[in-house]
Amino acid sequence: MRMYTATVTVRLKSGVLDPEAETTRRALERLGFEVEALRSADRFEVDIEADSAEKAATRADEMAERLLANPTIHDYEVTVEQHTVPSGSQQ
Amino acid sequence: MTVVVVQFGGSNCDRDAVRALQHIGIDATRVWHEDGLNDSVENLDGIILPGGFSYGDYLRAGAMAAHSPIVNDIQAAAERGIPVLGVCNGAQVGCESGLTPGAFTTNDRARFQCETVHLRVENATTPWTEAYEAGTVIEIPIAHGEGRFEITENEYEMLKNDNQILFRYCDASGNITDDANPNGSRGNVAGITGNYDTVAVLMPHPERATLPELGRSTDGKGILQAFG
Repeated sequence: MRMYTATVTVRLKSGVLDPEAETTRRALERLGFEVEALRSADRFEVDIEADSAEKAATRADEMAERLLANPTIHDYEVTVEQHTVPSGSQQ
Repeated sequence: MTVVVVQFGGSNCDRDAVRALQHIGIDATRVWHEDGLNDSVENLDGIILPGGFSYGDYLRAGAMAAHSPIVNDIQAAAERGIPVLGVCNGAQVGCESGLTPGAFTTNDRARFQCETVHLRVENATTPWTEAYEAGTVIEIPIAHGEGRFEITENEYEMLKNDNQILFRYCDASGNITDDANPNGSRGNVAGITGNYDTVAVLMPHPERATLPELGRSTDGKGILQAFG
């Protein structure tokens, strides 16, 4: 078993209104920035013990399907990297 | 015969719902979600998922409560024909748990909308609306930041074809207009039924328009009479 970090990025489907992003874009413009468009997304980093990166990705997919994303309004993507153990922790 | 009002951490309309039901002569009690449904009352006659901010709206409004164990009991009760009503945060829980289709998400104008709105009764043949005539305009308060009803095109067509739309936001004359839509909901939808006519969710608060001393309207009473 190895440790992996699955990164789940959840964003609104294209065409679904994002008032939070629109309000943020307007605030940036008030600060003097020129912004063509702005999209927001939620990013979850999940540490998972698994036999392989594929299995870790499958588990993260299930998490996105069942809780992290709402399929009515969201798309999501999952990327998996083998976990780097912080120095000082047990190997 | 008792209607259970399910209390999550952060629910804040549970007492109001009990008071409103008792006012129209319906026995009601609050049940803490961790205590489960089946052991809490002898004769379950209905379930209300009340308004509030369960779990502080973490992740998405209603998402956490929708996955608490009591929701399995509620789904089983709904399948037995027990009436289930989700109001405001309870409506968000209902959609997140799959009791009803679609999702309630951030209002289009990025504002918490707290006002009395007009609703047009679309389908008057459900337990929730049989107290009204189709096309009647009623007044009920809303109070939400995440009440914009979103649904896929296909599911929206199905909702319409199956007459699952209970109420739409309208003006005082019953016209469905953008100006009368307080949150950008698709098709001005304010409330729908799920797979069964006996399961409904709505963003407006019928329990805040039932007791005459609470405001100008008691139009919400007809919705709660479904439990009678």
